[in-house]
Amino acid sequence: MKTFFAFIQKEFRHVLRDKRSLVILFGLPVVMMILFGFALSSEVKNSNVAILDYAQDDASRLLIDRIDQSQYFSVHQKLHSEAEIEQVFRKGQVRLVVIFPQNFQQDLLHSNHVQVRLVGDASDPNTSNIVINYASSIFRDYQNELSNNKKLPYSIETETRMLYNPQLKSSYNFVPGVMTLILMLLGAMMTSVSIVKEKEMGTMEILLVSPMRPLLVVLSKAIPYMVLCFIDVAIILLLAVFLLEMPIRGSLFLLLAESLLFILTTLSLGLLVSSVVDSQQTAMFFSLVGFLMPALVFSGFMFPIENMPLPLRIMSNIVPTKWYYSIVRAIMVKGLGFSYVIKQTLILVGMTVFFLGIAIRKFKIRLA
Amino acid sequence: MATVHVENIKKTYDKGSVLALDNVSFDVKSGELFGLIGPDGAGKTSLFRILTTLLLPDGGHAQVAGLDVVNDLWKIRRIVGYMPGKFSLYQDLSIEENLQFFATVFNTTVEKNYHLIEDIYVQIEPFKKRLAGKLSGGMKQKLALCCALIHEPKVLFLDEPTTGVDPVSRKEFWDMLDRLKTRGITIVVSTPYMDEASRCDRIALIQKGKILELDTLTKIIGRHAQNLYAVNADNRYQLMHDLRKPAEIESSFAFGEEQHVTLRTPENGENYLIDYLTQTGHSDITVRKIDPTIEDVFIKLMLENQ
Amino acid sequence: MPQPVIYTHQLTRKFGDFVAVDAITFEVQPGEIFGFLGANGAGKTTAMRILCGLLSPTSGQANVAGFDVYRQNEEIKKQIGYMSQKFSLYENLTVRENIQFFGGIYGLSRQELKDKTNVLIDRLGLHNEANKLVGALPLGWKQKISFSVAILHRPKIVFLDEPTGGVDPITRRQFWDMIYEAAHDGITVFVTTHYMDEAEYCDRVSIMVDGAIAALDTPAGLKKQFNATNMDEVFLQLARGAKRGD
Repeated sequence: MKTFFAFIQKEFRHVLRDKRSLVILFGLPVVMMILFGFALSSEVKNSNVAILDYAQDDASRLLIDRIDQSQYFSVHQKLHSEAEIEQVFRKGQVRLVVIFPQNFQQDLLHSNHVQVRLVGDASDPNTSNIVINYASSIFRDYQNELSNNKKLPYSIETETRMLYNPQLKSSYNFVPGVMTLILMLLGAMMTSVSIVKEKEMGTMEILLVSPMRPLLVVLSKAIPYMVLCFIDVAIILLLAVFLLEMPIRGSLFLLLAESLLFILTTLSLGLLVSSVVDSQQTAMFFSLVGFLMPALVFSGFMFPIENMPLPLRIMSNIVPTKWYYSIVRAIMVKGLGFSYVIKQTLILVGMTVFFLGIAIRKFKIRLA
Repeated sequence: MATVHVENIKKTYDKGSVLALDNVSFDVKSGELFGLIGPDGAGKTSLFRILTTLLLPDGGHAQVAGLDVVNDLWKIRRIVGYMPGKFSLYQDLSIEENLQFFATVFNTTVEKNYHLIEDIYVQIEPFKKRLAGKLSGGMKQKLALCCALIHEPKVLFLDEPTTGVDPVSRKEFWDMLDRLKTRGITIVVSTPYMDEASRCDRIALIQKGKILELDTLTKIIGRHAQNLYAVNADNRYQLMHDLRKPAEIESSFAFGEEQHVTLRTPENGENYLIDYLTQTGHSDITVRKIDPTIEDVFIKLMLENQ
Repeated sequence: MPQPVIYTHQLTRKFGDFVAVDAITFEVQPGEIFGFLGANGAGKTTAMRILCGLLSPTSGQANVAGFDVYRQNEEIKKQIGYMSQKFSLYENLTVRENIQFFGGIYGLSRQELKDKTNVLIDRLGLHNEANKLVGALPLGWKQKISFSVAILHRPKIVFLDEPTGGVDPITRRQFWDMIYEAAHDGITVFVTTHYMDEAEYCDRVSIMVDGAIAALDTPAGLKKQFNATNMDEVFLQLARGAKRGD
């Protein structure tokens, strides 16, 4: 037991004395949170809109005002012909053009049928989708006001509501994403690099010639990194709640427990890597390409898995990040309880046992 | 009984294509200071790794303190001390922290076995807060020895502890080994420096995975009496060239300020060499018949084995 | 008297408070084999780096091949060859590829490279190994090849940092034969070693202790001065008083 603590103490000393690993451990999560939170935000604010108003009546002016006043848009310019539409898009001045037909107000009030055209710049499909959604909602709201005043016999109301994230805040997406990526990267990379470093430096040779059992070596390597990764989870959650104002809807305890489980999964992957590679460079390469890339692609954080072809969808199931990402979203964003994440939890437990088992089996009690 | 018993040990790498150890056999007696002397690539490190249970031999048997290196792995790991060829301590831990860590790894404490390392440790103690990576070659070596000794091993394996170390630190290191020997620790040490052979009780000369000779230094030298002459003249470069020409001369190698020359016919060597060198125009010629050094013997054995 | 190929006067290098090289003054003549000895940490490596143009001195003067180490270090690098025990050759290139690569660095033309490579392989007797990876060769051969590569561009001076550590006794002597050849061809050889018998092969030897040159003479002169029978004794007498390690 004393050996075990001495080992853990030594491991903490390594980390605390190495500026680079400190920067990676604690700088990376903070930088990623701030980057995704502010710089790379996919939220659409103050998008420029151009208006082509053939109607020039009260209703169209009212709607133009509403568009301009919303936090999402500002009216950039008024156009005079359809020929100008392509020009403004080419110059990249606006994200959306709204076209009011002639006799807009009249048609709206009398024939109950009127068409407003929204033209988006689909060279950036995500943004243009969001922009058009926002704009449509302004029209819907106006329509609702009108229909409340006059009961129309055959009107069908459609309503789209964005569940869980009504303001479509992107932090709801990326906080779980950043947590998943950071844990995957740090857990797997830091552990594998620290073990492989001992091989490179020759210290592993001395540890092997000592009576210390391999299992103990592996465990004492894993525990310090488990603690450090856990600190990272805390940092990310604190930043999310206090800086990005994102609430944790579900149980904090459950979230932390699931995070601990995922940390164990990534650590066991790190141990597995360290048992098969011999240089720090290879270990780092392995962690980046073998774990970070699939984590980015297959967690559902960057690209929706539902839109992928079937083989890729099947493949995504073996990527542990996918399951953790869905757990975090379920707890943090949807506020769901344990019963909703049992399947994912069991899958992660299974993966951890599997990876750890191989890692311990593969840990060599000799040099070759 | 032998403390280290090696019997027909064979080791190959790369699926048998590289032969590192070729049926090596020897015994090290209890309390002996045994030297494995040979150049880089002779197989010394492979042998040490087999004896410290780090590698499996491809053939043969070996025992350390009566324990089999393959089957009694965990028992052996408790009783051997090992200092690998490369400096293998934690560079980012201090002298003190390294020592304490390795003491704990071997289930002991620095205090308990301090008497073993005391006279080595006091030399580096003033710097005990310094990180191991910032120590000089000689100090690193002393720390590594302390770490290898801290669990009071029965057998100490030191793989090239003096390589790349200056002559003064080398001498100090061998003095430390002498003192350890008086405590009854069996020491197996390897070195590429032939002159260190004189510090060992017995030596094995090893080259290309084969043991060329094995005995005490005096006996080995006695067994390889040669027709050996130390030759000098004023133009060294010319001398080297001229001594290579005649068929009569078997070998000629530089040794310090002299050339060591062996002749094919044993009679009148001195006269022959003086005559020959005078004829080729050398001056200040000195020729002495000498006893071989261990390095002369090693060269002779290498030539015979080629 | 010919112009010395290395000239230093009160050459000093400090790292903070630590004086690594302490006002050393010496000259090396063209074609000389100059042994540069000292205990670990005496300051040899620092001095050698300054002379190779890799490190600027703190004060004092130094000229290498007629160039000033403060301002003309790029010119110096063209005039010297360098070989150390640690960095010698690319293990995953063949012998031939290594020779061609290092020759190419020094701007040899394609034809020159081809010719010199063949001559070198001839002289080293490496016909069977020319297309083998260097990593598979024994240390002694590697060192012989990397020495040949270091003098391929016919530098004025070649710096050798512990070239023979761990090499077998025969190869070690063959290596010194090559050093003699190079010196005979007019290349100045500046060499460090821990083998004291090798110090005897040098024309002159300097011994550094604690950053300063404690002795400098021919091996015979040094033995006489310190009343010693060999260089080992000379070295022990001088270095035993050393106060610092590296």
